[in-house]
Amino acid sequence: MTRLAKVALLSSALLGSALALEVTGAGATFPYPVYSKWAYEWNRATGNKVNYQSIGSGGGIRQIINRTVDFGASDAPLTPEELNKHGLLQFPTVIGADVLTYNVPELGKRVINLDPKAVCDIYMGKIKKWNDPYIKQLNPNVNLPDRNIVVVHRSDGSGTTWIFTNWLSKVCPEWKEKVGFGTSVNWPTGVGGKGNEGVTNYVKRSQGGIGYVEYIYAKQNNLPMAKIKNREGVFVEPSVKTIQNAAAFAKWDKSKHFYEVLTDQPGKETYPIAGATFILLAKDQPERSKKATTFFKWAYENGDKYAEELNYIPMPKDVKNLIFEYWKENGIAP
Amino acid sequence: MEMEATTERLSSKQTKGHFTEKVLTAVLSFSALLLGLLFPILMGFILYVNAREAIHRFGFVGFITNSTWDPVAENFGALTMVVGTIISTFLAVILAIPVSIGIAIFITELAPKWLKPLISSAIELLAAIPSIIYGMWGFFVLTPIMAQQVEPWLQDKLGGLPLIGQLFSGATTGVDVLTTVLVLSIMIIPFMTSVIRDSFDMVPAIMKESAYGLGATHWEVIRKVVIPYSAPGIAGGLVLSTGRALGETMAVTFLAGNTPQIPKSLFDSFTTVTVALANQFTEADTSIYLSSLYYLSMLLFVVSFFMLALAKLLVLRLEKRWKV
Repeated sequence: MTRLAKVALLSSALLGSALALEVTGAGATFPYPVYSKWAYEWNRATGNKVNYQSIGSGGGIRQIINRTVDFGASDAPLTPEELNKHGLLQFPTVIGADVLTYNVPELGKRVINLDPKAVCDIYMGKIKKWNDPYIKQLNPNVNLPDRNIVVVHRSDGSGTTWIFTNWLSKVCPEWKEKVGFGTSVNWPTGVGGKGNEGVTNYVKRSQGGIGYVEYIYAKQNNLPMAKIKNREGVFVEPSVKTIQNAAAFAKWDKSKHFYEVLTDQPGKETYPIAGATFILLAKDQPERSKKATTFFKWAYENGDKYAEELNYIPMPKDVKNLIFEYWKENGIAP
Repeated sequence: MEMEATTERLSSKQTKGHFTEKVLTAVLSFSALLLGLLFPILMGFILYVNAREAIHRFGFVGFITNSTWDPVAENFGALTMVVGTIISTFLAVILAIPVSIGIAIFITELAPKWLKPLISSAIELLAAIPSIIYGMWGFFVLTPIMAQQVEPWLQDKLGGLPLIGQLFSGATTGVDVLTTVLVLSIMIIPFMTSVIRDSFDMVPAIMKESAYGLGATHWEVIRKVVIPYSAPGIAGGLVLSTGRALGETMAVTFLAGNTPQIPKSLFDSFTTVTVALANQFTEADTSIYLSSLYYLSMLLFVVSFFMLALAKLLVLRLEKRWKV
């Protein structure tokens, strides 16, 4: 009798959970804090669950190709050819950026100006001193010391590296030819730190250090951030506004599955080293994909404030509408 | 009548005992076979299957002699990582041997009785510290000291010497071969020490006493009786700690600087096989990239196997010499 009761109880529990949606996803580590925040709030609002595992973009791509998850997440967009090959759909969720942080004791928290050539030459190992004439000329009012530059980069494969090297490849022909871009590259110079915290610590510890980290991380830890010269010739400080501009000015194209890199975008007030993070869905599994879009629709409509709390930059409204249309066209609208 | 019944009962009991014994033997040998023989073979096989693409593309010699690791150009070579692994393991073991022997001598021969268990367990507790803690300690505490005090001093004193001066050249960043080796050796000292201490303890008292009887001093007994007699034990400690140092990842990730280059100086940053794997597995996006990482782990598997086999062989030879 009791056993029967137990079975009844169990089956009703199973039934109950079957009614609530359960979405599984895996991939990029960069958006993990915001995805889990959205998942938490979505669960409170609707009772639905999201199980997101931040195993890295490479893992996320592999899992969605094998169809073991409802959605995959990648920091770098897949090209339309790759997407078509694996029958995938793609759209961006939030925007991030890379900032260049530095530790020059003589400067303290003073903001310095850098342009593509300076950053490229520093990372190529050609500019070796902080008082190099080229850097001096960019910062006429700053007294730069005679110090060696210690170049720091990520040692682990990362979307942050992808964005940074993609920008360098666009703005520096020599970089494009000799190094190229990817989640990890063959660095001409410098030491590698693991994660944003590894890079930051190397920079903090070596006098004369420079390294690139996520905007969010730099913001939370109050690190000095260099102004970067964009393609219009303006030195722009990284901020929510200037980073969002990169997404606003970008030419998002539904037919190309939103394949668009936010580095070096036009606009006077646009920060040049930005990048969106992406969601990948399986085209041939509309039911599973619809579960995922249900979650992301909710997130686009209600999640901006949570994203901003965590210093992520939400998508501009026009882009969101474009994404909704894209879902409809591909039959995966919630 | 009664006697017969007893024998019968006895024999039935015996057959029953035989049966359990047989089952137990079967189960145990199966487990031993599975874990000891099949598991490594299976592991090697899985690594091979996943690495096949890279093996076909780069070959063995091509992969192991190529010092470039360029994911963008999809040109992968293992030389820098394999060399980094071997150098750091070798130096750490070399550094740990004299220290461990010293500690073991102190514990077994010199320390007062009440101090022995105290020091022994303190050393053993070192082995219980997770490697990430060693890494963080090394990174936050040791590296600044190395970068600002120890390394400039070494460079000043030894950098000018011919030949070995080269080993102390370059910028002193603190994330380099020297710091890594230092921390690695601290990590393997507990393993080495406890094995060596046990084998020192097993030196028969009669041997030591006869040496004393012949007029040997305390130091002579340690040097000429205790250490030679325990040679297999010392080699055994070597095996254990080599295994540990080879596979160490977390601490090395923090301290090595993660640059795929062959270090020419103790102050150069470098990388090892395990560090490269830990750093790059998650974001390896192309199949040849992933396959190359598998190839790398297969190499580590083979290198570890041969290094441990070599060490084991050493132990066997030493044991033979002493079993006369």
